[in-house]
Amino acid sequence: METPISKNKSTHLGSSFSPPSEGSGEASSFKSTRNACKLCAPLGASVAFKGIRGCVPIIHGGQGCATYIRRYLISHYKEPVDIASSNFSEEATIFGGGANCHAAIGNVIKQYQPEVIGITTTCLSETIGDDVKQYIRTFQELSGDKQLPHFVTASTPSYQGSHMDGFHEAVTGIVKSMAETGELGEHLNIFPGFVSPEDLRQIKTILEDFGIDYILLPDYSETLDNPIWDAYKRIPDGGTPIESVKKCGSARASIEFGTILNKGSLAGRVKTNVQATSAGDYLESTFGVENRRMPMPIGVSSCDKFFETLKEVSGKEIPLKYKKERGRLIDSYVDGHKYIFGKKAVIFGEEDFVVGIAAFLNEIGIEVVLAASGGESGHLETEIKKYCPENTDSILVKNGWDYELIHEWCTENKPDILIGNSKAYYIARDLNIPIVRCGFPIHDRIGGQRIKHLGYAGTQELFDQITNTLIGYKQDHSEVGYKYM
Amino acid sequence: MNEILKERKGQIVTKGQDDVAIACGKASLAGSVSQRACVFCGSRVVLYPIADALHLIHGPVGCAAYTWDIRGSLSSGPQLHRLSFTTDLKEREVVFGGEPKLYQALIALIDQYKPKAAFVYGTCIVGVIGDDMEAVCRRVSAEKGIDVIPVMSEGFNGTKKDGYKLACDALSKLIGTDNKTEVPEHSINILGDFNLAGELWMLAEYYRRMGVNMVACMTGDGRIDDVRKAHNAKLNVVQCSGSMIYLAKDMKEKYGIPFMKVSYFGIEDMSDALYEVARFFKSDEMMEKARQLVKEEISTLLPALQEYRKDLEGKKAAIYVGGAFKAISLVKALRLLGMKTVVVGSQTGNQDDYNLLKDLCDEGTIIVDDSNPNELSEFVKQTGANLFIGGVKERPIAYKLGLGFCDHNHERKEALAGYEGMLNFAKEVHASVCSPVWKFMKR
Repeated sequence: METPISKNKSTHLGSSFSPPSEGSGEASSFKSTRNACKLCAPLGASVAFKGIRGCVPIIHGGQGCATYIRRYLISHYKEPVDIASSNFSEEATIFGGGANCHAAIGNVIKQYQPEVIGITTTCLSETIGDDVKQYIRTFQELSGDKQLPHFVTASTPSYQGSHMDGFHEAVTGIVKSMAETGELGEHLNIFPGFVSPEDLRQIKTILEDFGIDYILLPDYSETLDNPIWDAYKRIPDGGTPIESVKKCGSARASIEFGTILNKGSLAGRVKTNVQATSAGDYLESTFGVENRRMPMPIGVSSCDKFFETLKEVSGKEIPLKYKKERGRLIDSYVDGHKYIFGKKAVIFGEEDFVVGIAAFLNEIGIEVVLAASGGESGHLETEIKKYCPENTDSILVKNGWDYELIHEWCTENKPDILIGNSKAYYIARDLNIPIVRCGFPIHDRIGGQRIKHLGYAGTQELFDQITNTLIGYKQDHSEVGYKYM
Repeated sequence: MNEILKERKGQIVTKGQDDVAIACGKASLAGSVSQRACVFCGSRVVLYPIADALHLIHGPVGCAAYTWDIRGSLSSGPQLHRLSFTTDLKEREVVFGGEPKLYQALIALIDQYKPKAAFVYGTCIVGVIGDDMEAVCRRVSAEKGIDVIPVMSEGFNGTKKDGYKLACDALSKLIGTDNKTEVPEHSINILGDFNLAGELWMLAEYYRRMGVNMVACMTGDGRIDDVRKAHNAKLNVVQCSGSMIYLAKDMKEKYGIPFMKVSYFGIEDMSDALYEVARFFKSDEMMEKARQLVKEEISTLLPALQEYRKDLEGKKAAIYVGGAFKAISLVKALRLLGMKTVVVGSQTGNQDDYNLLKDLCDEGTIIVDDSNPNELSEFVKQTGANLFIGGVKERPIAYKLGLGFCDHNHERKEALAGYEGMLNFAKEVHASVCSPVWKFMKR
């Protein structure tokens, strides 16, 4: 063996090596996160900000945060994703990022003339104690009478929670900064959570077919999935307008997809145990807008709940189109049931997504053997068990897992199929298990932004794909290349 | 034309119109949506291809998640570099310190993966909370008997270029630690090739055919033991000079090893890279072999390129890449295809690079440092380019504007270096520029 460079054995690490004051049980077995199954909070907040009309997000931190997040999102959405950075220097880190924050705001206004600027913080700016809200107030004061964009902030230190906490923190932030009280309207608020642009379009179609007036927040169905352009657009079209968000306070009710949202324990948090508020909860407690929370509408049971809620809240009948979609979906369940029954699936990704997929697989006879997420809400197990009545006790549910833990588990337990984002492809490849790509991110295929998951129609696509993947796998591995199933 | 931020005007020149030197090497302007990343990124991408080392990122989850398997750097052996390890710091560590977690992570990972050495990358937060990473690395190194090298790459502490320098410093610590190995007389190191899509293997084969031995590549298909003996080489051949020039200068100073800058993109530059090495070793035999090799390669390549050139003649290209040296080669390579460069820029070029570019390009070519999507889209529109050469972040800009795109960044899956690479390059450019899909877009 080579001699290490440092021969200094008298290392002194000082008193900071005493065990941490809490959670030392976890720390003592700590092995590092290996191929994280989660992203950092500013990414989620940036996506949410992209769902407001005319909004340019600024990440208040180092240049790398914005660039990495842009690159990650662009690889999925295959769209220009402009996110500005306040580009922290060493000086800003020592003396505060106020000047950088102001410069960034000024330059974004000059370049983009945005309606809204959404500022999301980072581990760096949070730790040095930057007060972004104060910086905005100073900027506004210094600007005098000049017409300025609307400002929204999200506190998103990346050492707290995952990208989903960031996403919901931003959604709540948007609502808090814009919603107004008003005469009770007929409209509904829809908080879809982190779903695909195609899903957002799907939800809009459903509500339009119902004849329901709605506010969808965030709505990046256009901004992150644009048609071709005649000329380059600095800010893409689409997004929820400020005027609409204002009306959230006077809605008939809110419908919120996802039952975990940002209400987790934020493992590793020390300062406070105050849990964050979801947009729906905030509107309920502040404006008395009834909040209907439900899992993502994937699968017949969850979709029924969504459609029944729409019917109940609006007093309108479910359009025939959806009754037929539902009927066809169940018809296909019957056609395909034998090919999938008892197959063992491993599912992974964001917690609310995992809950939604688990409930769907549970109702079609696929056995979820492992449901894992990098998120650490502490609620995943309770929620999954709540929505999986079929094989409740045999599901292994893991909060705070990474892809290498999933990899090791799969190596040992040999599941039949992986269902989730493209990052687990390497596991599927290594173990020769089929993978169905859905959720976020899809980095190794085109069309991730157009995957439909929600509603009877979305479920139909997932069902066909999963079933055909299993049928195809068997066919590819059979000795005879048979022509009928 | 839309407004260009006034602070950025010095970083944009048009050949034939502006007679001033371009401003470069500056920190990115806040709010300008720079295409650059950070110090950490610079260090991470340079050291990443060392396949038998453990790469542990000390910080919250994001920095590791976004750089997981980010480069298409291939390894002929171990694949450890393709895993993304992070201490995944939480608020608890931000308050009480992350050293215990770092220590435990290192011990557990070294026990499990048995790497030849470990690199520990410090991120923004580590610089702020003041973890003594160096002390933890020393302790683990002593306990485990392998080198554990801290790379203090806090993102805010400069630009991506400063990260390159830190990576070079880390390599420099390893170089010279193996004095037992003897190397053949005509031995070189290849610096600044990252073995994207197996490019290094092609280059090493060219040199082998000339009778030149490669001691170490830094860092494509890299191995710790090769790095240790790199000081035994007679010459450093440096590509991607932006990232590796610091190491080349350092090795010249410490070990008296001269270096030369080369590029492997395009026929001209690729051939020069071979001839220059033969010239350095003052060997007629080697030069003859190099000539023979070039002749063989070109005799099959040129006729193949003609096919593509027919369709591409007169088309216009915009280039925006990480390093300016690559941009220079691309301008030449495009000429070989009959194409004209109308916009060229880089994230990290220096004054010399930009002067070279200015000399090389035609009148009216826009030259830009540290650009952003607004400017790039504006330049493309102004110049009527048909092709954009860049990375992931530039691709949607090109596509939305209706022009072809060639991915020349570190994620690419096609080898573009060498003679074979030139043909791939022509194919890729041709496939994109000549696709019938553009007819549906208004331009």
